[in-house]
Amino acid sequence: MGKKLLIHNDKVPGINTLEVYRAHGGYASVEKALKTMTPDQVTDEVKKSGLRGRGGAGFPTGLKWSFLAKPEGVERYLVCNADESEPGTFKDRYLMEKIPHALIEGMITSSYALGAKSSYIYIRGEYFYVARIVENAIKEAYAAGWLGKNILGSNFSHDCYVQVGGGAYICGEETALLESLEGKRGNPRIKPPFPAVAGLWGCPTVVNNVETIAAVVPIVNGGGEEYAKIGIGKSTGTKLISASGHINKPGVYEIELGITVEDFIYSEEYCGGIRNGKKMKAVVAGGSSVPILPTELILKTAKGEPRLMTYESLSDGGFQTGTMLGSGGFIVMDEDTSIVKNLFTFARFYHHESCGQCSPCREGTGWMEKILKKFLNGTASESDVELLWDIQSKIEGKTICPLGEAAAWPVAAAIRHFKHEFLEIAKSKKFVDISHYDRLNKKVVA
Amino acid sequence: MGAQVHGTQHFDAKKRAELKFSDAAMETVKDIISRYPEKHIKSALLPVLHVAQAEFGGWLSPETMDYVASVLKIKPIEVFEVASFYTMYNLKPVGKCTFEVCQTSSCWLNGAEDIVKYIEKKLNIKVGETTKDGMFTLKTAECLGSCGTAPMLQCGASYHENLTYDKVDKLIEKYKSENKLRSYTDLDYNNTL
Repeated sequence: MGKKLLIHNDKVPGINTLEVYRAHGGYASVEKALKTMTPDQVTDEVKKSGLRGRGGAGFPTGLKWSFLAKPEGVERYLVCNADESEPGTFKDRYLMEKIPHALIEGMITSSYALGAKSSYIYIRGEYFYVARIVENAIKEAYAAGWLGKNILGSNFSHDCYVQVGGGAYICGEETALLESLEGKRGNPRIKPPFPAVAGLWGCPTVVNNVETIAAVVPIVNGGGEEYAKIGIGKSTGTKLISASGHINKPGVYEIELGITVEDFIYSEEYCGGIRNGKKMKAVVAGGSSVPILPTELILKTAKGEPRLMTYESLSDGGFQTGTMLGSGGFIVMDEDTSIVKNLFTFARFYHHESCGQCSPCREGTGWMEKILKKFLNGTASESDVELLWDIQSKIEGKTICPLGEAAAWPVAAAIRHFKHEFLEIAKSKKFVDISHYDRLNKKVVA
Repeated sequence: MGAQVHGTQHFDAKKRAELKFSDAAMETVKDIISRYPEKHIKSALLPVLHVAQAEFGGWLSPETMDYVASVLKIKPIEVFEVASFYTMYNLKPVGKCTFEVCQTSSCWLNGAEDIVKYIEKKLNIKVGETTKDGMFTLKTAECLGSCGTAPMLQCGASYHENLTYDKVDKLIEKYKSENKLRSYTDLDYNNTL
């Protein structure tokens, strides 16, 4: 069994309550930080831990914290990005729903390090019931003195609030999230200035993902160096992986970074292999935005080495033969899956979610969806594959925020690795859903 | 002002004058407003719109948006800008229960299309339509973060996961017999069916 630091108590009855959470060692990091450490010492432990942002970008958290401007007399904020919307990702929901105090504890300890008197947890609107759970946990924390004035008799006071969103993927982009938190449309801001200098209401702000903030708890409790012993190289610690698709055991798994992809997919401890004895065809390893890889490339790198669940190993080979760890949204497809149809669901998603600010993304995502629809209704020609390639190549790098790339990369990767599927449809002038599988009942049909 | 802002939508001044949050809703709104520094009251807009939508019939009419603007002391256009950007706000009337069926990758891989077709047939409506009795509206949604328990649909605050035809039948029966407006702000969410 791999080591677990975040969801090791997820099956404990009542762990969503303060009483049970506390009985299992909860809020120890707040005690340790406030009573024995300076804010800078907390930041140092996070730096030593090598923790990288768990929302998808993988930016070193300690470094991000150290960028926070600290002008005299100006409020600064910690904002938790709980706008989990990347297709294939549901780990933050799991963590907040099962162990809400883990997030709140992380918010308090992190806010102490950053000198933030107030913090906000921005939760996607669809997770309204999850927001209720987190709000109830916050109420409990206030009643027990973990939030509010002079926590544990120290000089540190802190308020933590929840805000629900309105249903927009783009608000997972940190500056769009801040706009939304200010009661506006979720249009990403031009950077610089970065939020560390001018974030929420123009004040210095750190925006971190739910899992990142929760990871601060074991880092402070056990020390950054201990945390960094888990994992390989610059991929330290544990990571929550959301596993879905055609696997026997979909769900949220906490892994030690560094296990092999093969072990993750086929071992009984994790996904338990492919459903119905089918063969695996492809995997989207880090949420819909990252390049899809065929079986041979997800299990082994182009050099023939086993692919590992780390930031570095998954991106080995660049986009030609590699992908990214991303948000850890791990979607597995069996041999009967149409890559073109799956790509269509992604293209439709990005078209729907583009905020409309930048022309290449606003127009390009719509064009890509439209062309992919031609493949599904059998009216596409071979030149449409080239056209699709051309459009995606003209979005990347030409937009304010990374939604442009997120929309372009899946299209590029599907064509790069599965071009024959597009060409077959274009030649035969018909799309046949190749599944021999009753998807709904999760059974093979004769 | 509302009539100008909302263009083709008719603005009914009389209806607008009658709009007022119930005491309970007003308490919630005050609690939301208290979460932000006074000068940044506009930040309360998204959550307050959710309360307003639940309070005033499941959608945001021009009158409702105008009222929310007055509560938060901002311009009606600022409310419309936001309400028209985010998918959870309905700018047209909907049924008492809106079924939002997730259709993105993992849900598609697990039969979301079959669920949509089944509901269409069962309720005799297409995606985007409302049943004649005003009970159900059917929509498709983009990834709702339920990929490991696909296929799924959301109705108000409730997530209904690992759907089968049988579960859909039961859901329709359940919501029909309850016969009440379902909102994201509901406290009696139920994620077990």
